[in-house]
Amino acid sequence: MMDRLKAMLVKEFIQAFRDPRMRFILLVIPIMQTIIFGYAVNTDVTDVATAVYDLDNSRESRDLIDRFARSEYFSEYEYVQREERVRELLDRGDVRAVIRLERGFGAAIRSGRPAAVQLLLDGTDSNTAGIVAGYAATIVSRYNIDVSTQRLAHRGIVPGPAGVRLETRAWFNENLESRNYYVPAVIANIVMVITMLLSSMAVVREKEIGTMEQMIVTPIGKWEFILGKTVPFVLIGFINVALVTAAAVFWFKVPLRGSLFLLFFGTALFLLSSLGFGLFISTVSHTQQQAMMSAFFFLFPAMLLSGFAFPIANMPEPVQWLTYLNPLRYYLVIIREIFLKGVGIEILWPQMAGLAILGACIFFFAVSRFRKTLS
Amino acid sequence: MMPAPESYVTDGHSTQEPRQPVVVLRDLEKRFGDFTAVNKVTLEVRKGEIFGFLGPNGAGKSTTIRMLCGILQPTGGMGSVAGFDITRQPEEIKKNIGYMSQRFSLYEDLTVEENIDFYSGIYQIPADKRAERKEWVLRMAGLEERRLSRTATLSGGWKQRLALGCAVLHAPPIIFLDEPTSGVDPLSRRNFWDLIYHLAEGGVTVFLTTHYMDEAEYCDRLGLIYRGELIAQGTPDELKTRYMAEDVMEIACAKPQEALRLITALPGIGYASLFGSKLHVVAEKGERTPEEFRQVLEREGIPTESVERVLPSLEDVFVSLIEARDRQEGAQREFAR
Repeated sequence: MMDRLKAMLVKEFIQAFRDPRMRFILLVIPIMQTIIFGYAVNTDVTDVATAVYDLDNSRESRDLIDRFARSEYFSEYEYVQREERVRELLDRGDVRAVIRLERGFGAAIRSGRPAAVQLLLDGTDSNTAGIVAGYAATIVSRYNIDVSTQRLAHRGIVPGPAGVRLETRAWFNENLESRNYYVPAVIANIVMVITMLLSSMAVVREKEIGTMEQMIVTPIGKWEFILGKTVPFVLIGFINVALVTAAAVFWFKVPLRGSLFLLFFGTALFLLSSLGFGLFISTVSHTQQQAMMSAFFFLFPAMLLSGFAFPIANMPEPVQWLTYLNPLRYYLVIIREIFLKGVGIEILWPQMAGLAILGACIFFFAVSRFRKTLS
Repeated sequence: MMPAPESYVTDGHSTQEPRQPVVVLRDLEKRFGDFTAVNKVTLEVRKGEIFGFLGPNGAGKSTTIRMLCGILQPTGGMGSVAGFDITRQPEEIKKNIGYMSQRFSLYEDLTVEENIDFYSGIYQIPADKRAERKEWVLRMAGLEERRLSRTATLSGGWKQRLALGCAVLHAPPIIFLDEPTSGVDPLSRRNFWDLIYHLAEGGVTVFLTTHYMDEAEYCDRLGLIYRGELIAQGTPDELKTRYMAEDVMEIACAKPQEALRLITALPGIGYASLFGSKLHVVAEKGERTPEEFRQVLEREGIPTESVERVLPSLEDVFVSLIEARDRQEGAQREFAR
C-alpha cells in the first residue's frame, strides 16, 4: 500500500512541478490574482462624479453645493449651463449624479418656505445609486438642521440638545472597508478554482494520453490511485491558502484575527468537496476539454450562489436551499469569520460539519464512480 | 546478450516436459452494442510460448488482449490467465502479467529512471531488489546512457524497449504485447525481437498481436483472427501446410510485368503478384500444373526459366483463409435471401 502510494505521489509531484509554466500557474498566478482582485473587489462608493445645474446661483444654493463638494462622496465634475448637457453627461456615463437647483431656491430658504433640490442618479447600477442617494440624504438633513438652527438663532433662541443622537459603531470591520470583506472571499475562490481545475484534469489527462490503460493493468488499488491523485492537490491547496493569505495580510492589511490552524482545518474540509467534485468530473469525462467545460459549469454557479457578492439572505427561498449544496457557501463563512471576527470552532462548527458531510458524500460518490477498467 | 535476472532463470522450463496452458480462452466474446468485436474465441497458450495473434486492423486483436489483461470485461465465454479467471480475479491476474499497449503509455514528462522507479513502486518490488532490476532494465533496453533523459526525447525504438522494460520489471511469468513494433524502424524491430526471444528462453510466456506477416513468422504459434473470429491456429509451418486451399507457384521468366498480366487473366487464378523478379501465383487446387503455366507463357513468346510449386507464405495463407471466409459468408447471405 505505502510503496504504491509513495510511487504515485512522487510521480504526481514531479509532473506538477517540473514544468516551469505549471510552477508559475500554481505559485505565482494566485498571488497576482489576489492582488489584482483585491483592488478590484471594492464596493466602497466615494468621489462620485457629479454635475451641478444651478439655476438659482444664490448664496444658499452655492452653500448647499459646497457641502456636497466638500464631502468625500461627491466630486464636482462640471457646472452645467443647459438642460441638454445634463442628459448628455448621464448618457455618456461621465457623471453618475446631477444636482439640480431651481430658480428661487435661495429665496424660498430665506423666506422660510420649503425648497426643493433635485438629485438625478444613473440608476443602471441600482446598488451604487442607492448608496449615493443615502449620502445625499445625509448631507441634506445636515443642511436642514443648520438652516433651522440659524433661523432660531435669528429669533434669539438657542436650541437645546436634540432628543436622540444615533451612535453607530461597526464591529469586526471598524472602518467599513469593503476590501476586508471581499479579499478573504477571493482567497476562497482562488483555492476553489485551482484545486477543481487540477483535479478535474487529473484522471482524464491520463486517459487521454494513454497512460491510464497502463495503470489499469497494474495491481494498483483504487484508493492508492485516487489518494495519489488528490493528496498533492491538497498540498497545493494549502500552499495557495498560505501564499494568498500572506498577500492579503501583508499587502492589503486585511486583519487576520482568528486561528491560522482553524483556517487550514476549514480549508482541508473544503478541499474534500472541491477535489471530490473535480475527481468526479475527471472520472466521467472522456476528454480534457469536456472536463474543463464541466468544471466551469460548476464553478460559475458555485461563485454566484455562495454569498461572495450577493447575500444569500436576499435570495428567494428555493435558491437559498440550493446554496446548501454549495461547498463554497460554507467555506466563505468560515474564512470571513476567521479573518474578521476571529471566532473559533464553537461558532463555526455548523459550517464545518456541513462541509464535512457534503465533502464526504461527494468524495465517496466520485470514488465509487471510478472504475479500474475502460469502457 | 545480457544475463537474465535470477527469477527468470529459475523459472525456466525444460522443453521435454509437457507445458501447461497458462492462457486459456473458451468461447470468449465481446460485444459493443450490436457489434461483435470478438466472437467466441477459443484458444490456449502454453507456458514459455511466443503466441502471435495475427489479423488485420479492427479484427479484434486488441479487444481480446484487453479482456485478458482485465482492462475490458467480456460479454460472454470465459478466460483464464495464470490460473485466474479474467472476470472474477482481474486483480490477481494483474500481479502476474506485464502489458504493453499499442500506444506508448509511459509518462513522457518523466525521465527514463523516474518511469522505472515509478513502476518499481507500483509493482512493489522489494527495496533491496530495486536497484538491480532497474539496472537490468536499463541494460536490456540499451538505455544506460539515457537514464536521465526526459522520456519524450527518446526515439520510437527506445521508447518501445523502455515500455517493454517497465512491463517486465516485476518479472511477470506472462507478458501481453499489443502491436509492440508498430511504427518502429526495422533495426529496432530486430532488437526488440531479440529481447522477446530472450524473455521466452527464460520461461516467460509471450502473447502478442501483430499485423506484420514477417513478424508472425517469429512466433512459436499463431492464431489468425478475422472479423472477431479465430479462423485458424497452429505453428507457422502448420498454417502453411494444412490451411492453404490453393497451390502456390513461383515463376521465373522474362518480361515479368507482361507475364503477370497474362496469368492474372487466366481462369482459376486466385491472385498473382510480383515478388522480386519472380511471379508469385496462387491458383485453385489442382487446376493448373506448372507445365501449363510454362506453355501459356511460352506461347506468348515469354521465355520461362522455371515454374515451381512452393510452400505458401503466411500472407498467402492468410489471404486465402480470409477469401474463403468472405465467400462462405457471401453464400450464406445469398441463401438467407
